Amino acid sequence: MTSDTAASLSISVTELTKTYGKIFALNRVSIDVKAGEFLTLLGPSGSGKTTLLMAIAGFNRPDSGRICFGDEDVTVLPPHKRGVGMVFQNYALFPHMSVFENVAFPLKLRKIPAEEKRQRVTEALRTVQLSDFAERGIDQLSGGQRQRVALARAFVFGPKILLMDEPLSALDKKLREEMQIELKQLHRQLGVTTVYVTHDQREALTMSDRIAIIDHGELTQIGTPREIYNAPANHFVASFIGESSFFPLTKDKSGALQYAGVTVGEVPNGATHDNWTLVIRPERLSLHAPKTSKINDKIYFSGEITELVYQGETAIVMMVMADGHSLTARMNTRAGNDVDSLMGGQNLLVGIDKKDVIIIPGEAS
Amino acid sequence: MTPRPTSHRDEALNATKLRVAERRQSLLVLALTLPAIIAVFLVIVIPVGWLFSLSFLDSNGELSLVNYEKMIAYKSYLRVFKTTFNVSFLTTFLCIVIGYPLAYFLSQIPRKYVGLFMLTVLLPFWTSLLVRTYAWLVMLQRNGLINNFAIDLGIWDAPVKLAHNLNGTLIGMVHIMLPFLVLPLYAAMRRIDRHALQAAANLGATPVQAFWQIFVPLSLPGVVAGSLIVFVLCLGFYVTPAVLGGGKVILVSMQITAILEDQFNWGAASALGVVLLVSTFAVLLVASRFLKLDSVMFGRR
Repeated sequence: MTSDTAASLSISVTELTKTYGKIFALNRVSIDVKAGEFLTLLGPSGSGKTTLLMAIAGFNRPDSGRICFGDEDVTVLPPHKRGVGMVFQNYALFPHMSVFENVAFPLKLRKIPAEEKRQRVTEALRTVQLSDFAERGIDQLSGGQRQRVALARAFVFGPKILLMDEPLSALDKKLREEMQIELKQLHRQLGVTTVYVTHDQREALTMSDRIAIIDHGELTQIGTPREIYNAPANHFVASFIGESSFFPLTKDKSGALQYAGVTVGEVPNGATHDNWTLVIRPERLSLHAPKTSKINDKIYFSGEITELVYQGETAIVMMVMADGHSLTARMNTRAGNDVDSLMGGQNLLVGIDKKDVIIIPGEAS
Repeated sequence: MTPRPTSHRDEALNATKLRVAERRQSLLVLALTLPAIIAVFLVIVIPVGWLFSLSFLDSNGELSLVNYEKMIAYKSYLRVFKTTFNVSFLTTFLCIVIGYPLAYFLSQIPRKYVGLFMLTVLLPFWTSLLVRTYAWLVMLQRNGLINNFAIDLGIWDAPVKLAHNLNGTLIGMVHIMLPFLVLPLYAAMRRIDRHALQAAANLGATPVQAFWQIFVPLSLPGVVAGSLIVFVLCLGFYVTPAVLGGGKVILVSMQITAILEDQFNWGAASALGVVLLVSTFAVLLVASRFLKLDSVMFGRR
């Protein structure tokens, strides 16, 4: 693409509120997206993430709040003047136009001369590996190819902001995973600020510089994939990302937090919450025979295996603890882990590194 | 593994049984469609064939082309066909001009209100054709509602001739044909992906540009489908032009009636019917060419 001096713009959303009847689709949401960043809005369906994206694109008008692109306030600007590229969930290609005409559409509107238009469309199609498909009709393309046309059409006119609304949700798993990597590479190549909406936590972790978690119209947490995964802010984030187990913690007089008589950590300084919950990521566990000698850096709980699910590269070991709470462990199936010798009903010691312990405020549900 | 030796005597497992089942199923399907095929044959093929054969008989019942020769010989026949196609074209055109904005409006309002507005289109559609036609006559005639109102309000001074001419014919026909255009057009417009218009706006199209460059082309199959229905119906329309045309606008259907009533000449009437049928098919053929072009442009479905 043309190397613009400023290839991207920052997005600044301030206290954006949108209600449908009495329901808050967005409740005073503020997010700053840095120029050139790949930010994912992650949340369950109906959380308001698409509403937020559509507000940035200009397709729905918020009740209050401000949206800025760079220094420009675009809150009341109609969509066709915002100059952002967008990839729609169902691609929204123009069925009466060829691939070439679809991609050329934004250039035609901008009255780009024919020769330059042809060049830029050709280059955009090459970028998405569809050079040989320019003259095809839209109905002659597969889902993945349509996806690429929609993508080419969204960036061909050199927008400084790119919005994507669950662009991969209609593709099958394998293609989706390939496209995730391709989109990421494309983002690196174009350097354009990208806001990506998905309800797929793995997709969010794979692609994003930062993830913003939206729930019930509110911004719950924003951070890098590692921050979100290793230090979830609350129960919703911890349960939405990953397949964690939750144990309620008791607080003793000294402020130490315990589960089943084992101290797992302390109440963070300045925190006032009464209830605390231990979050255990399934892949961070190790399984030991009941009489194994314990290591200092680890804490141990004992439990009984209830179910074993073999999934190829990993096996899921479901356990029930002495107090009835269930725990899920995900074990690599390499020979050293000895997964094949496990059986239902077996009593085991579960170990977890102290650094892998996650403690969040609130009750375990 | 060595491949199993196969000969035509050594049949694959259950092949015969499966083939028989397949054949039985297709016979069953045929048997189920038979009543419909017989009905079509009795109701359509035989009468049309009879009409067709009648047109080749002269008044003595001898085989001849006299009915068709007369049509070429007398200029009045040509004029009747011209008028018929003219009126049909004009009606179709006016239906598009009036029906397109109406269908667009219906396609843009929330679905829950569509029923209400659709009723305004459909209610007249459900009432008697004859009643509607005479209602128009009451409104359009020399001392009718419209002329009286207009003169009272001072819009025009002397009564304007609205009925018993082409004006009346067109007004009546457009009113009666409108639903046949609006319904398929509305359906086509509803099928247009709302996101395609959003995408156009997102890519920089003003609402006007999005309408002309995306919405209108995508609604064209609906326009073509609706226009064809209207046009073909107009070609054979009788009641409304007969009443509102006041004998000044003679269409083929009226000519056929006249021949039957005045001369009791079945042969000549049949020949007119055959020519009308053939020219209707010709129009459809040309249109289907156009439609095929469309399906290439708009996708197979």
